[in-house]
Amino acid sequence: MAVLTLGSAIVALEAKEIIYGAIGLAGSLFGVATLFFLLNAPYVAVFQIAVYIGAVAVLILFTVMLVREEKWSKELPPTSLTKLAGIMTGAAIAVALIFAVVDTNLAQFTNIVNTATFVDIGQLISTGYAPILLVLALVLAASVVGALTLSRADKEDKGQ
Amino acid sequence: MNDLSDFVVVSAMLFGIGVYGLVTKKNALRLLFAVELMINAANLNFIAFGQYLPFEGSAAVAPNALGQTFVLFSIALAAAEAAVILAIVVVAYRLHQDVDVSELKSMEG
Repeated sequence: MAVLTLGSAIVALEAKEIIYGAIGLAGSLFGVATLFFLLNAPYVAVFQIAVYIGAVAVLILFTVMLVREEKWSKELPPTSLTKLAGIMTGAAIAVALIFAVVDTNLAQFTNIVNTATFVDIGQLISTGYAPILLVLALVLAASVVGALTLSRADKEDKGQ
Repeated sequence: MNDLSDFVVVSAMLFGIGVYGLVTKKNALRLLFAVELMINAANLNFIAFGQYLPFEGSAAVAPNALGQTFVLFSIALAAAEAAVILAIVVVAYRLHQDVDVSELKSMEG
């Protein structure tokens, strides 16, 4: 599962055609969802699949097809210096984090102690974190309205 | 066989790949991919720590759904963010016929 997640992540960024990159991203998100299943968090895993693969990946695919262009397939490859800098930065951060993890005693936690079910999640969301839920609903509505306004305003400009 | 450090290491690698993409790529959609990968790395950390570590808060709170709850909020926020970014990409493409972020000079302040 980890191999699927990381391999698809690399495909998402390195695929020549951006549409294959979008599919790779969907695969990587699916890999993360399976890791959630392994972690005994099925509700979040299903939520992840529904939201990311059901909505975000499809949205990205639609955008890619909507604005598809020949130029994208011949995307300018980054200069080797940029690429080297990117690999160095990413590897440095990953290695530093991994060394930090190895240095701790996190490996002693081998049992999943959490038994929270979706009932507990529901109770927590609808009681203590209800204000956050409401604010989140407003944020979602605002983002949808903003996205619609962006594309509509542009159409009016073209009409004039 | 699986312990907490395994998941944290995978999360660190995913984050590293995301940083690499953020540094090297210029296509706006690729940048969105990289950001999504980094968000997922963070979510994986939340769930892993929340599931493996005992919760030492007040007993009034139900077992420990905190990690999972935060990840649900985070996923919803990431979806909203992706929607806005994709709308911006479509508009930028209509205006410039290009989604290369280094070419979008008109967005400079």
